[in-house]
Amino acid sequence: MRPTASRLLNILVPVKRTIDYAVKIRVNPDQKGVDLNVKHSMNPFDEIAVEEAVRLREKLKDAVKSIKVVTVGPPKAAETLRTALAMGADSGIHVEIPDSAPAPEPLGVAKALRAVIEKESGGVDLVILGKQAIDDDQGQTGQMLAGLLDWPQATFASKVVVDAGKKEANVTREIDGGLQEVKAKLPLIITTDLRCVSLRSLSVQWLILNSLHHSLNEPRYASLPNIMKAKKKPIQKLTPADLGIDLTPRIETIKVSEPAKRVGGGKVESVDELIAKLKEAGITAVKA
Amino acid sequence: MSAIRFLARSSLRRTQPALRPNNTVQIGRRHVSFYNSDVAGLTEEQAEFRNAVTEFAQKEVAPRAAEIDKTNNFPSDLWEKMGDMGLLGITVSPEYGGLSLGYFNHTLAMEELSRASGSVALSYGAHSNLCVNQIHRWGTDDQKKKYLPDLISGKKVGSLAMSEPGSGSDVVSMKLRADKVDGGYRLNGNKFWITNGPTASTLVVYAKTEPEKGSKGITAFIIEKGFPGFSTHQKLDKFGMRGSDTCELVFEDCFVPEENVLGPLNKGAGVLMSGLDLERLVLSGGPLGLMQAAFDYAVEYVHDRKQFGVPVGTFQLMQGKIADMYTKMNAARSYVYAVARACDDGKVSRRDCAGVILYSSDRAVEVALEAMQCLGGNGYINGTIFLYILARSTKVPFSDYPVNRILRDSRLYTVGAGTQEIRRMLIGREFNEEFKGRS
Repeated sequence: MRPTASRLLNILVPVKRTIDYAVKIRVNPDQKGVDLNVKHSMNPFDEIAVEEAVRLREKLKDAVKSIKVVTVGPPKAAETLRTALAMGADSGIHVEIPDSAPAPEPLGVAKALRAVIEKESGGVDLVILGKQAIDDDQGQTGQMLAGLLDWPQATFASKVVVDAGKKEANVTREIDGGLQEVKAKLPLIITTDLRCVSLRSLSVQWLILNSLHHSLNEPRYASLPNIMKAKKKPIQKLTPADLGIDLTPRIETIKVSEPAKRVGGGKVESVDELIAKLKEAGITAVKA
Repeated sequence: MSAIRFLARSSLRRTQPALRPNNTVQIGRRHVSFYNSDVAGLTEEQAEFRNAVTEFAQKEVAPRAAEIDKTNNFPSDLWEKMGDMGLLGITVSPEYGGLSLGYFNHTLAMEELSRASGSVALSYGAHSNLCVNQIHRWGTDDQKKKYLPDLISGKKVGSLAMSEPGSGSDVVSMKLRADKVDGGYRLNGNKFWITNGPTASTLVVYAKTEPEKGSKGITAFIIEKGFPGFSTHQKLDKFGMRGSDTCELVFEDCFVPEENVLGPLNKGAGVLMSGLDLERLVLSGGPLGLMQAAFDYAVEYVHDRKQFGVPVGTFQLMQGKIADMYTKMNAARSYVYAVARACDDGKVSRRDCAGVILYSSDRAVEVALEAMQCLGGNGYINGTIFLYILARSTKVPFSDYPVNRILRDSRLYTVGAGTQEIRRMLIGREFNEEFKGRS
């Protein structure tokens, strides 16, 4: 399905509209979901993916033929597409589902993405997407899509170098042991990570707080002129039926509950008291 | 990723346990704003515009507001960022790099920047409305091509000067002389309380070309920083709006070429007065943003702070404050937005342009004062040197209880860009005119 004659890259970036990362999540009284009547924005991992695609074009210039963004979601998900278009993508595809429909699951989304990719007349050489969405934390879509297409995958990327001529990419992944560099032929699925942050400095919390912006890249703002230009960029609307897929969830949500409230600590007067308390709590020293 | 959500919302409290008891509103996180977009009646496009400005203001400006206030240093690096964002020429034609949007959008931008930092927003207003919009409205094509692109990209800072040491409310009594000489004018005199004076490269300055003719002898000029004979005095140490630099301008035989006359000769009073209507409107975004910032902080604080075992916000006396603050803020916003919409429809009403800034400024001072009261003892604290030093050494944004800064900033609008008294006089006089000859 990949164009062999052309040496130009077509990049597809799937994005998801999620509850804004700064919003405090409230569980609905029926305990089947959370209050969605709050500020939404693009999943931060996807923002990094869009930014990476735009940077690839800035680096590879004309070798990147198109950057298309795609979302599967309710009517309002179009706003997320517009943000991505304002950041520099060329066009969008909105697989629209009704507001009343349940949130699709990773397998459904991966199948929808496969169908979109198969419909693309120019083919797709590179799919860059966030490694997970911050709402349901599934972290599966990229991998499932690679499986469905039988394409290579480079997950949790912290650095991406694409050789457009050779049609291959070197991707650095941050893993427990350090950095792992993998090389893969295009077409390829890349999922983007936030970069790890040194945990040693005093300002560590602030750094993590801002790690979204010290990541693979720092996602750019959609500037006002670009937002206005983005209104003229095309968005194609599709339904799951157009793609011949069924997004009905296969998993039933039984209960959603808030994390247990932290119980406040107490002060101890001496080391002995501390040890006594630890023992009381069932915490004992590990015997070497 | 729940960790991100947690961290985005968690504070630095663990690094400053003694200084940040549990009941303080946390720093370093994006606060939820109680701006009611449904009531504000924004169109989809206006809401999108506002969101984009909010995003920018909260990421680039808000974390620096406390430090800008403390150091009284103008954040010049922000200007190009604002330029890239497209904020500096909202009402200007795209030909010169602007967005060609209306005064409503400009007011929204002013409001959102003010919510992040009163002083940055004030300098922004002086730059983008007083200077840029005036040059765009009155400049020749050559003047616009020469000055607007650099001002709109943020390479240069703009300013406007009308007040003088002896001419505040009575602006027409200005003494700055512009004597006709070969090829231009020679300016002699001073301007005072000039926002962006120390940092500006391009200034719109009003001077008397024919002093004996009073208001019919005023002409506007575009002054460049490098003009020989033009200098600025030391910047002023102000009560609020610190970091928005203010100073005196000095003209000593300053030659200004003919082509730098802005608008018609001797008709500067018209240039000035028509600009003032729109200036009052756009600057009204300032009090709105300050009120929103004060309210958002206070309402969160009173629900976090516990006394007698319950959040203080559940006490009737606090409920009363919250209700009054919220109502004042929204009433002021409705008026400002209504007048802004009318101006975009081409219906500029002088009494209402004065009315919106009069009303919103008074409300902003009241809301900021009440917010300070909501914070109890913490509202009275300027900040701790220790926290400031810690911030410097760890590069953590310096932050403190912001309400007293907001109060100090809000006071500017009761005297800046015209005093409340002059605004009241203006509105009253409009009605006097209307009833003239009827009795």
